Amino acid sequence: MAAIGLESIGKSFGSTQVLTDVTLHVCDGEFLTLVGPSGCGKSTLLRIIAGLERQDRGTVTIGGRPVDGLKPAARGVAMVFQSYALYPHMSVARNIATPLEMQRLTLAERLPLLRLLSPRRRRVMRGIMAEVEAVAASLQIDGLLDRKPAELSGGQRQRVALGRAMVRRPDAFLMDEPLSNLDAKLRVHMRGELADLHRRLGATFVYVTHDQTEAMTMSDRVALMLEGRIVQLGTPAELYDRPATVAVAQFIGSPPISLVPVSEQGGRLVAGGVRLGLPWVAGAATLGLRPESVAPVRLGTPGALPALLRRAENLGAEWLLYATLEDADATEIVCRLAADAHDAARAAGLLGDRLWLLPDPARAHLFDREGRRLVAGSVPHEAAA
Amino acid sequence: MRGSVTVGRVAAHLPLALGAAVMLLPFVWMVLTSFRPADAVFAGFGLSTFAGLANYAHALGTAPLLRFMLNGVIVCAGILAVQLLVAIPAAYALAKLSFRGRSLLFALVVAGLCIPIQVPALPLYLGLARAGLLDTYLAMMFPFFLSVFAIFLFRQFFKSFPDEIIQAARLDGAGEFEIVWRFVAPAALPAISAFSIFSVVAHWNDLYWPLIVITETRLAPPPLGMLYFRDAETGSNYGALMAGATVITAPLVLAFLVARRRFIQGVTMTGLK
Amino acid sequence: MRAAAATARLDAGLILGAGHAFAAPATLLLLLIYVVPVVALVWLSLTDYELGAVETRFLGLENFARALADPVFRRSIANTFAYVAIVLPGGVLLGLGAALLVHGRIRSRSVYEVIYFLPVTSTLIAMATVWQFLLHPRLGPVREITLALGLGEVAFLSDPALVIPTLAAIGLWQLVGFNMILFLAGLSAIPADLYEAAALDGASGGIDRFLRVTWPLLGPTTMFVTVTTSITAFKVFDTVRVLTEGGPAGASEVLLYVIWLEGFQYFRIGYAAALTLIFLAFILAFSILQAVALDRRVHY
Repeated sequence: MAAIGLESIGKSFGSTQVLTDVTLHVCDGEFLTLVGPSGCGKSTLLRIIAGLERQDRGTVTIGGRPVDGLKPAARGVAMVFQSYALYPHMSVARNIATPLEMQRLTLAERLPLLRLLSPRRRRVMRGIMAEVEAVAASLQIDGLLDRKPAELSGGQRQRVALGRAMVRRPDAFLMDEPLSNLDAKLRVHMRGELADLHRRLGATFVYVTHDQTEAMTMSDRVALMLEGRIVQLGTPAELYDRPATVAVAQFIGSPPISLVPVSEQGGRLVAGGVRLGLPWVAGAATLGLRPESVAPVRLGTPGALPALLRRAENLGAEWLLYATLEDADATEIVCRLAADAHDAARAAGLLGDRLWLLPDPARAHLFDREGRRLVAGSVPHEAAA
Repeated sequence: MRGSVTVGRVAAHLPLALGAAVMLLPFVWMVLTSFRPADAVFAGFGLSTFAGLANYAHALGTAPLLRFMLNGVIVCAGILAVQLLVAIPAAYALAKLSFRGRSLLFALVVAGLCIPIQVPALPLYLGLARAGLLDTYLAMMFPFFLSVFAIFLFRQFFKSFPDEIIQAARLDGAGEFEIVWRFVAPAALPAISAFSIFSVVAHWNDLYWPLIVITETRLAPPPLGMLYFRDAETGSNYGALMAGATVITAPLVLAFLVARRRFIQGVTMTGLK
Repeated sequence: MRAAAATARLDAGLILGAGHAFAAPATLLLLLIYVVPVVALVWLSLTDYELGAVETRFLGLENFARALADPVFRRSIANTFAYVAIVLPGGVLLGLGAALLVHGRIRSRSVYEVIYFLPVTSTLIAMATVWQFLLHPRLGPVREITLALGLGEVAFLSDPALVIPTLAAIGLWQLVGFNMILFLAGLSAIPADLYEAAALDGASGGIDRFLRVTWPLLGPTTMFVTVTTSITAFKVFDTVRVLTEGGPAGASEVLLYVIWLEGFQYFRIGYAAALTLIFLAFILAFSILQAVALDRRVHY
């Protein structure tokens, strides 16, 4: 198991700059996710770690030693591809055995006809197959060893891909959007399985995804990437509660954060003509409100924002209220209410076509004109770490 | 590591370039020789002797080379036109309509794919001879009017055409005939154009069947014409012989150079099976 | 549910007869060009019909027996198989080799594609004539090469031992580009991430990549190229008719050439029909081989 170090990585394809000055240190045994929209460079960064792409600038170290000149197989990493990249003509067992065959058999012992002549090969293969069966059993695919990939379901194929990676006992596992080809229900299930696997193996995982839910639920730390740079690196809670920029705040969290333009009046923040119960901070331009940090209150409560209710979604355990503020931009604002809080509010007559939404000052985020976070404007939410 | 990549690159070019030279050798030699006077015909690869277009004039005078081209155009165009007129509706019927005998017809089409023209040649010849149709354009074109390959290929394309569009057209009042030609066939245009190229190339270069049914020079398509020209040019006027060969080969080669992508796609259509 | 049934009834009513109408011309031509002639062939092969003969006898399978004993026919089978034995492996391997070499190139790829494909589009009769000239033992430029190699003057087309290999070489010249294009299409269809997975597994050398990824995934393409090459080779006729007319002394008489002679020069129709059916049997054998092998090997 090993730590991975990336120093000032830069990469361009033709005239497009894909990665700019990316520096990242992955701790030994941690689950680190690279998350971001398509085109942000996360897959390229992963492939640079693997050695499938060569960076233009910067160095890569694995386990403390620089690996820049090493071929992918020599770097001690294993990769799970988005499409799984299983050898279609080989059985599951042969697929998983391939990395070991490549490591332990000589070229002559691998060639189709020549290999029949080697007694050593038979011995080595027996050892390999034993390991293959052990790995397959741990992934619960030992009953599928003779099947070909085309005969397997998506989830089974994914496990075979995992098995092929695990059997190499690599220093680090690299995963390129491994769950994106699965249906929603299976994805949720596999999220749990991957997290379990990480705990069991104690290995370093570098995980790439565009799905912020995966990033938030599985990782020890998350690196959010936008346009070739790491915009914020931290625990999921840090990214959620203390987003460094508007872009981070928008990317993390579902439904997305509501962004309300603000100005100053008499030392207090003003939004949509309403004086809020929040102190003005120099440079503040945008107020970020997560759905759970606004609540409907009685008409006329000071500091409450008037809004028109557009639609209400009942998700069973909670309600989502989508409203627009009565300001010049018709800013969208989302309010999340637990089911009982919703019923109470309805009983109190607070939910009509017109809502009054009061922001919680402890959970509001302020950003400046450039979208950067303003620290003085918010109180860090002490989440259970 | 950088160095070995470059060496590898260069090393790969060597056999490829050698092969390319072999591929081009006949063409180059043919054109070079066609411009040489009769006595200097074996003068190696230099361009020292140049007889201008004298050989071409001689060749064109000895055999009606242009006539051969015209015949090629007539025959290939005729064949292609009928092939499309027959195959497109048939493929549509096989793909989208249900009728009695459909599976039998399709089985026969598939069986026909395995039967090259040389097999029915003998009985067809006898039949055409009996009907007094030898030495006609019709005789040259007839066996090829039906292209089982075209039917097979178009059926494949039509099968993936959405049923809903056809149903909508029917509800709008369009008859089946109109549906085929106005809605469905245009969607298969890439396949149709690729097949067209395949058909033209195959029949332009066909020797066997014209050799059997044609004896009059004035009807000969290019390959047969070349044969006649060879026989006529029994002397050692290789310059004229090469000039003739150049004229015969030129049309398709030039067409190929102009429309390379389409050509390659068309002729290798068989690979799409 | 009701709507679907209504549509179905609408379909059936509207298209009544359209299927038959559309398929009619094709069906008619199928009968005239394939069915009737094949039946006629079978019937003719059982007789001793000759064009212009006064009377015709029914011979049963005598034509076939005669063919199997006929030294000319047996020689033509041997010649044809010798031809195929050179063209088939040569065409497949050279096509594959060229495709592998061309596949990685970016700038020179289309140049090579055009050059190698040029012979495929050219008129074989004309180009074969050029080859005859090139290979002329006393006058052709290839003579310089054979002299330089110490082989003396080589009579490519008039030496009975060399004529089939020479014709095969010309056949290969016309065929390799076609196969190369087919293999290139097959190579392009191999997903790139399989090579990457192989690289991570340790298979980054050329031989390993070829054995683990390239060759297995080219399976269907290779099968297809093999069968089409063998069928094309089996149908060799043009070069024989133009360059050697079966000579020297029948050393280059191939099956189709003998059929052509028997049927259209000597007009021994009955016998030629029997030979044609034997020819068809070989072609069918190759085609069935393709169908069976493709079914078994393929589709991942």
